[in-house]
Amino acid sequence: MTDRLLELEGVRKSYRFFTLRDIDLRLEAGQVMGLVGPNGAGKSTTIRIAMGLTAQERGSVRLLGRTMPQDQAAAKRDVAFVSDDVGLYSYATVGWHMRWVASIFPSWDARYAEALTKRLNLHEAQRVKGLSRGERVKLLLLLALARRPRVLVLDEPTAGLDPVARHEVLAELMSVIEDERRGILFSSHNTQDVEQISDCITFIDRGAIVESSDKETFLDRWRRLHLVAPTCAALPALPGVIDSRARVSSPSRP
Amino acid sequence: MLTISHADPRPMYLQLMEQIRRRIAVGDWQPGQEIPSIRALAAATKVSVITVKRAYLELEREGVLVTRQGRGTFVASNVELGRDLRRRELDEHLEAAARIAREIGIETQELADRLREIAERNEEKAK
Repeated sequence: MTDRLLELEGVRKSYRFFTLRDIDLRLEAGQVMGLVGPNGAGKSTTIRIAMGLTAQERGSVRLLGRTMPQDQAAAKRDVAFVSDDVGLYSYATVGWHMRWVASIFPSWDARYAEALTKRLNLHEAQRVKGLSRGERVKLLLLLALARRPRVLVLDEPTAGLDPVARHEVLAELMSVIEDERRGILFSSHNTQDVEQISDCITFIDRGAIVESSDKETFLDRWRRLHLVAPTCAALPALPGVIDSRARVSSPSRP
Repeated sequence: MLTISHADPRPMYLQLMEQIRRRIAVGDWQPGQEIPSIRALAAATKVSVITVKRAYLELEREGVLVTRQGRGTFVASNVELGRDLRRRELDEHLEAAARIAREIGIETQELADRLREIAERNEEKAK
C-alpha cells in the first residue's frame, strides 16, 4: 500500500489563452491539501488533470499509484470527486441518487449514508430540482462520503454556501481525516476554510505554483508586515519585527 | 468542547493551546489523564491535523502535556500544574486590567483600591 495518494510531476497543459505549467503536487495519506488562488489561476484545471478528466500534455500524474489518465477506471474505485460539473438528475430524488451510486460502488456504506442524510438535513424523497444550491452540494458530498473513498477531491465545495452549511461541510470533511489512510484535496478561494482545515497549502497563480508547503510554515512566513519607512526612521518595538532594510550606502552630503 | 473563533486574531494553534490549558486548569482534564488523539481533536474542532499537532508540541515543550510513543498524549502528572496555570491566567487578567486602567487614565493606586473593594464585596456575598 502506498502512502502517497496523489502525485503530479512537471504537469503542463496549454489552452489558447492560458497555460498551466510545471505543476508539482504531492498529497500524502492523512493530509488535507488546500488549493488556493484567484479565479482563473488554474485550480480547476489542476484538479481535472489529477482526476484524469483532462489529459496533461507533459508530466506525470499518479493517483493511488495508478497512472493517469490511462488507469483512471481502476483508480476511481477508491476516489470520489465533488464538483459543480458532476451531474445530478433534476427529476430524480435524493434516495434515487443514493441507490444509484450504491449500485455502482461496492464500498457504499448504507448506514453511514443514512446517518449523513440526517446530519446534513436531507430527505430521501426530495427531488433534486427542489434543492437549494447548498443542499445540492451537501447531496454531492453525501454521495461521495458514503463510498468511503481513500481520496476525496473537491472543487470549491463551500462556494456559495451559507455559514451553517459551510460549517457542516467542513465538519464532514474533517471526520474523514480521522482515518489516517485517507486524504483530501480541495480548492477554494475562501482562504478561511483553507486556513482552517488544510495541513498543506498550495498557492496557484496564472497557471503556476507560487508556493506549496505545510500550513504552519506558510502562515508564519506569509503573515508578514512590510513597512516602507525612510532609512532614518526607528522601527516601533513590536514583537517579531525584523529590520530587513537594505543597507544602502547613503551618498555623502555636502 | 474546544472551539476556534475567526473573530480572534491570534493563530489557531495559540487559541487551542490556551483552551487546553484552561481545561486542565479547571480540572476537566486531570493530571496523568489521557487526552484525545491529534486526529480526534482535529475532527472535533474542525481544525487541521497539523495545527493541533503544533499546539500539542508546544504544550509538550512547556511541560503541560506528555506524549508516550504509541500510547497517546497525556496531561503531565505534575500536581502543581493546575495551580500554576490558574496563576498564569490570573496574571493575564491583571495585566489586561492594568492596561485598560492606563488607557482610561486610572492611577495604579485607584485600581488597587477598586480591586480591594470588589474582593471585599465578593467576600460579603459568599458569607
